[in-house]
Amino acid sequence: MVACAALLAPFTALLVAVFLVPVAYAIGLSLFSQDHHGLGFGGGTTVFTGLRSYLAVLTDPSFVSGFGVIALYCVIFVPVVVVSALVLALLLDSGLIRLRRTAQMLLYLPHAVPGLIAAVIWLYLYTPGLSPVIRLFARADITIDFLGLHTVLPSIVNIALWSGLGYNMVIFYAALQALPREVIEAARIDGAGGIRTALMVKVPIIRGSVVMVCMFALIGALQLFTEPMLMNQATPMVNSRFTPNMYIYDAAFRRNNYGLASAASVILLIVTCALSYGVTRWAGRQERSAR
Amino acid sequence: MTVIATPAKTSGRRLTSRAVASTVVVLAALYTLLPALWLLLASTKNADALFGSDILSLRDFSLWHNLRDLFTMEDGVYGRWYLNSLLYAVLGAFTGSLISVAAGYAFDKYEFPHKEKLFGLVLTGVMVPPTVLALPLYLVASGIGLVNTFWAVFVPVLFNPFGVYLARLLSSGYVPNEVLEASRVDGAGELQTYFRVSLRMLGPGFVTVFLFQLTAIWNNFFLPMVMLSNQHLYPLSLGLYTWNSSATVSPEYYPLVVIGSLLAVVPLIVAFLTLQRYWKSGLTAGSVK
Repeated sequence: MVACAALLAPFTALLVAVFLVPVAYAIGLSLFSQDHHGLGFGGGTTVFTGLRSYLAVLTDPSFVSGFGVIALYCVIFVPVVVVSALVLALLLDSGLIRLRRTAQMLLYLPHAVPGLIAAVIWLYLYTPGLSPVIRLFARADITIDFLGLHTVLPSIVNIALWSGLGYNMVIFYAALQALPREVIEAARIDGAGGIRTALMVKVPIIRGSVVMVCMFALIGALQLFTEPMLMNQATPMVNSRFTPNMYIYDAAFRRNNYGLASAASVILLIVTCALSYGVTRWAGRQERSAR
Repeated sequence: MTVIATPAKTSGRRLTSRAVASTVVVLAALYTLLPALWLLLASTKNADALFGSDILSLRDFSLWHNLRDLFTMEDGVYGRWYLNSLLYAVLGAFTGSLISVAAGYAFDKYEFPHKEKLFGLVLTGVMVPPTVLALPLYLVASGIGLVNTFWAVFVPVLFNPFGVYLARLLSSGYVPNEVLEASRVDGAGELQTYFRVSLRMLGPGFVTVFLFQLTAIWNNFFLPMVMLSNQHLYPLSLGLYTWNSSATVSPEYYPLVVIGSLLAVVPLIVAFLTLQRYWKSGLTAGSVK
């Protein structure tokens, strides 16, 4: 028992110190606000304001529009990353490709590039003057603006796609490799072609992995920060409250309103948890009804 | 005749599918490879050549010049960032993995009150992304005066609930209970058994947890951005971010951001290539369940 406690103690201490206490503290802070009187000497007084910060956050158009941006981002990103990763995994699994290991490694490579650096690389590829891509288009007399009003979001999606494509492909590929070969053999004997087998047999069996990838893509999307933060330095199309996390940063460090920032953090936390709980439950029900 | 014709037709069709499949995979590989290649080529250019027209020309080869600038700019602060990143990531991932693997092992091998409730909390931790915790952590850290210190970034990154989940899974797979029984019969204490026997059997699992955490900490951006204002404590990601903002005003920073980014990618690529099989075992264990 002593040994068990000793092995668990460090982790439990961390769980309390960097997870439970901060969340509780943020909830507490979100219910209070700092009133600065006069010239602001002496730090002012802390007053209980109840849910007023939540009301302020939820009625702030710049916070709500952040979720709109995330929703639009998901509508583009999730289908593109799932379909392309799935197609690549199915192709690698089909036995039609030589040098499978090399292909996997090349496709996975961007995942080893830190998020900020991936964003820097692409930002420079989007920047007129720096970008060989824009220069190439210009030679064909095509002007292309990657950081314009309608292109900036797809440009951010592209960065995420570049980073995540290989990673998600490997998840699908691992699931496909674990499929019982008899099932695929049976489909072939029944006269199903490669594409038919892939769509009607393989994909339905690995749908658990597909749901998982979708869920992580959604949760990841809610956390969007690094890429738009970097874009914010380069284009006015990305404002300083572009996504919920940027809103939190802006509220805490540009507007020095910790109550507002805490409330926004708690809302984001709740949305994230609700989403992952909901998707897991839904996936579990699908799994059971399939049996 | 049909007996002969059919295989010929199928093999012809197979050849076309092979070509189509290969083309798709090659295009995808180019998509992932070319931006990285651009970074490599761009790092050999000085500021003028970077904005020049021909990326492939080696006329203005200034890699060495860029490297010297990188490590001398602002009193060599880049080297400091690099050391910080190594310290946060390597030391953090190592300590964090020790903590997570011990906890995962305890969850697997011992019975204690409220065990599954506590594990439920661990799983909740897995679902909560670290960025959501960054601001709450800042508020706590500023309450106890730890903001803008090494510990403000180092302690939170040790928390790795996914590592605990993975370690529990691997412990039940790789450490047979009979071995523990044998060790107990030999008179070894529980902790002695853990460190001498079980941890050794969990070795590959430990490396997997370590790799995942190393990548996560090296990637960390939001937390240091929130916690740190002293440039000398910055990790690479935050340092390059500030240099990129300087570049929008003074373009001589562009080559530095480019070559600085290139060097910042190296450790993870090396870790990934040398420890590939561990990384893959973790990914499959985490996804297939």
